[in-house]
Amino acid sequence: MRIGVLALQGAFREHMMMLEALGIESSAIRLPSQLADLSGLIIPGGESTAIAKLMVAYGFYEPIRQHHAAGLAVWGTCAGAILVAKDILDAVPGQESLALMDITVRRNAFGRQVDSFEADLDFAHLAERFRGVFIRAPWIEMAAPDVEVLATHDGRAVAARQGTLLATAFHPELTGDPRVHRYFAEEIVGS
Amino acid sequence: MSDVSKETGTPRVKTGLAEMLKGGVIMDVVTAEQARIAEDAGAVAVMSLERVPADIRAAGGVARMADPTKVAEIVDAVSIPVMAKCRIGHFVEAQVLQTLGVDYIDESEVLTPADEQYHVNKWDFTVPFVCGARDLGEALRRIAEGASMVRTKGEPGTGNVVEAVRHMRTMTDGIAWVAGLRSEQLFDAAKQLGAPYELVRWVAENKKLPVVNFSAGGIAPPADAALMMQLGCDGVFVGSGIFKSGDPEKRARAIVEATTHYEDADIIAKVSRDLGEAMVGINISEIPDAERMQERGW
Repeated sequence: MRIGVLALQGAFREHMMMLEALGIESSAIRLPSQLADLSGLIIPGGESTAIAKLMVAYGFYEPIRQHHAAGLAVWGTCAGAILVAKDILDAVPGQESLALMDITVRRNAFGRQVDSFEADLDFAHLAERFRGVFIRAPWIEMAAPDVEVLATHDGRAVAARQGTLLATAFHPELTGDPRVHRYFAEEIVGS
Repeated sequence: MSDVSKETGTPRVKTGLAEMLKGGVIMDVVTAEQARIAEDAGAVAVMSLERVPADIRAAGGVARMADPTKVAEIVDAVSIPVMAKCRIGHFVEAQVLQTLGVDYIDESEVLTPADEQYHVNKWDFTVPFVCGARDLGEALRRIAEGASMVRTKGEPGTGNVVEAVRHMRTMTDGIAWVAGLRSEQLFDAAKQLGAPYELVRWVAENKKLPVVNFSAGGIAPPADAALMMQLGCDGVFVGSGIFKSGDPEKRARAIVEATTHYEDADIIAKVSRDLGEAMVGINISEIPDAERMQERGW
């Protein structure tokens, strides 16, 4: 199993370190040609506008959609969750997403940096609570019926799964707790 | 119903935003219009200030925090994080910037220091701070005061990358030196660095800084940004280099792409073509000692 981490901008190194700690091979993806032979792809946190511009400039959208249609599992964290969503609220004009997952995500929904927070979450399929780190975080405002909401905070969906797609509004890569990474690798990529 | 496990302003939340900015370009802007251009070019954040360093240098006099109206306009104009500069030691300017909703405060040597002995106690704030440093000791002193991100200083407003390179190399050398010491030597290293022992020991054990380190001060063409990335910084600040050049939009995009693809010379060559007039550079030796911004902060 090899999981790629989109390495255009943001906290991609932290994801790779988490995968390494779990004994999973990973690679940094900077060009679409590097998407071949991956079992999973993580789109990390960062600035969604900056990552989207670079994805457009280097032609990532169609190849990721095609690889996903052929079985590539995709997990977006924070900015990544915005990029996998079908619809984005409070987007900048012209901001395009991969439109893979049937969710509507609101950017910066929890507020500016002074409102950024951490909180314990009940995450479905994990035995113990998970410490969620939310940084200028989005939330999932609407989800299609076949989307499984995995965690909520204050009544808002902050983690969800649809088939081979995972979206989290928070940053498991910043906690040192590998359980969400293991869930993605074992239950979604490996399924 | 409140969630008792919820906490704001934690070190992890403050350093976490800097983690999200990594591999990106933070651009100096003085108007909402420039902020929109920066966002559109792929900046990960904008730095709001009254005048870019090159103009501060030209104007002389005392440089202060930007007008709150201007900061608020920039906060409203873009959806990416907004940073703003306060004077070294001016904790009231910092309080004002926090209340205006900025996402990061830069306690910056680009402005005229308000205090020649003490920096702001950054632990007092919910909003995170970035501070300049020329070497490991200075970086760790700022982190001890609560900085959640550092940037090597360079010499702002010059379009000359030589000081940015010097400071980045000095930082890297300092980390390598500490990492090579035995445990009993770290107490003396802390004394030599003028930094807390606990932080020095952390650096020795982890062989890196405890927070994200960007490069700043003098970066002008895309190749400068890629140079700083190859020398080991986590991202770049570009001040005067963009909006003092002939074609800011194109140059901004080029610097963003060169920062992402910093190890790919073909891409750097491609994006560096036909960028128009670069800002005029200044040789460091032509700047009188008293006007060197990097000497501010201690």
